[in-house]
Amino acid sequence: MAYSEKVIDHYENPRNVGQLDETSKNVGTGMVGAPACGDVMRLQIRVNDEGIIEDAKFKTYGCGSAIASSSLLTEWVKGKHLDEAEQIKNTQIAEELALPPVKIHCSVLAEDAIKTAVRDVRAKQGR
Amino acid sequence: MNLPIYLDYASTTPVDPVVAEKMMEFLTPAGQFGNPASRSHVFGWQAEAAVEDARQDVANLIGADPREIVWTSGATEANNLAIKGCAHFNQRKGKHIITSRIEHKAVLDTCRQLEREGFEVTYLDPDTSGLIQPAMVADAIREDTTVVSIMHVNNELGTLNDIAAIGKICREKKVFFHVDAAQSAGKTGINVEEMYVDMMSFSAHKIYGPKGIGALFVRRKPRVRIEAQMHGGGHERGMRSGTLPTHQIVGMGEAFKVGFKNLAAESARIEALRTRLWVGVSDMEEVHLNGSEDQHVPGIVNISFAFVEGESLIMALRDLAVSSGSACTSASLEPSYVLRALGLNDEMAHSSIRFSIGRFTSEKDIDTAIEKVRHAVSKLRELSPLWDMFKAGIDLNTVQWAAH
Repeated sequence: MAYSEKVIDHYENPRNVGQLDETSKNVGTGMVGAPACGDVMRLQIRVNDEGIIEDAKFKTYGCGSAIASSSLLTEWVKGKHLDEAEQIKNTQIAEELALPPVKIHCSVLAEDAIKTAVRDVRAKQGR
Repeated sequence: MNLPIYLDYASTTPVDPVVAEKMMEFLTPAGQFGNPASRSHVFGWQAEAAVEDARQDVANLIGADPREIVWTSGATEANNLAIKGCAHFNQRKGKHIITSRIEHKAVLDTCRQLEREGFEVTYLDPDTSGLIQPAMVADAIREDTTVVSIMHVNNELGTLNDIAAIGKICREKKVFFHVDAAQSAGKTGINVEEMYVDMMSFSAHKIYGPKGIGALFVRRKPRVRIEAQMHGGGHERGMRSGTLPTHQIVGMGEAFKVGFKNLAAESARIEALRTRLWVGVSDMEEVHLNGSEDQHVPGIVNISFAFVEGESLIMALRDLAVSSGSACTSASLEPSYVLRALGLNDEMAHSSIRFSIGRFTSEKDIDTAIEKVRHAVSKLRELSPLWDMFKAGIDLNTVQWAAH
């Protein structure tokens, strides 16, 4: 499979790999996918009192496109308000990374991950 | 060192330069380009002699008579010809066929076609090491069974079935026995007499010959009769019509000759490389060998690296030409049906890599491969949430996954 240069760049030099404290009230975690499907993404965001995402971290088990989708997403959401982050669409990710049709599900998974993480932190904080 | 390193010999092999050189003699006006079926001039006679020499070379490797060798376009066609040809010819005796779940698609899809035609097929499950035990075959044979088709060596695992024992059972029960030997010819000893084989399929390009040529062994005593699948000029004693591609056949003959001559020395050398590779990676955590520890060919080793996804591993190993047990690279997300048949779960199947070693693999190649595999696996585990969870002592089977 031929990967785009952007996918290869994110795969070679993944941004924001790591883990945030899941128990913190300011941290939202989105874990999506299943090992049996070949993709599991864990995306975490830390928000400040204004609802701005100050930090984002990910770890992904999956193909190069899944890793790149989550890495790109962490770059995009940093500095965004939760409301904005929620609006990110998988099509934007797919377009940015030039994902082929068989890899669109990777971008869908990334969208699911950020939505789940936002929901998680909202639930914790009751906003 | 030339990168990438080719470790996919089970997929195909390069043509040995000796073989390529010989093939060149049968193409151009200066060479022996004649049609082997032309009986009226020297061009035809020369080509026919070359074809018959090659037939002898193929027969020598398997202890057969050259008159028992039928040229085909490859192992796929040989499998089709053997299974359909024998099942069709004997359908008045019965319409039951036995094969295994981990055969090559060329056998499985042929059996599926026979099912559509009204035949019944029993698919044997291998044991957990990927072997078809002779007793499994004995238990599955019925009154109306006409053909048993079991591969000699599995292409994904390298496991080596006890063909002689299965053959003996088939002969006793008067059932025709076909063996797909695409992965075993030139890799391990074959003798169609001692193994009680009735039909055996071969491919040239797995043994340093050209692509597009193969052969089917069809036993003469006791005689095995098959219905042709390709009709035309009555070539190959009516079993497979079509002008013989002299240069391809000569290439296959030469490849089998070289393979036969080097069999013992080459097997020993490649087995040592396989061991070197396995020892070099198996001390990492959660690394598992798929297949059989002791019943295998030298050249193939299939390893699962748990908590690492196969396609990203392939991507990280782009300096190595290897195959993945994950079919993620195609449109489907289905992992290898062979690994699934061993009882591996989807994750482990997705996380597996087949390394296949061959004639032109060096020790240095293996050492480089080990280094690259270790680096890639550690890197991807650093990235893997599953590895984190495993390290934290979480049993992944108890986690509720949000499947998509």
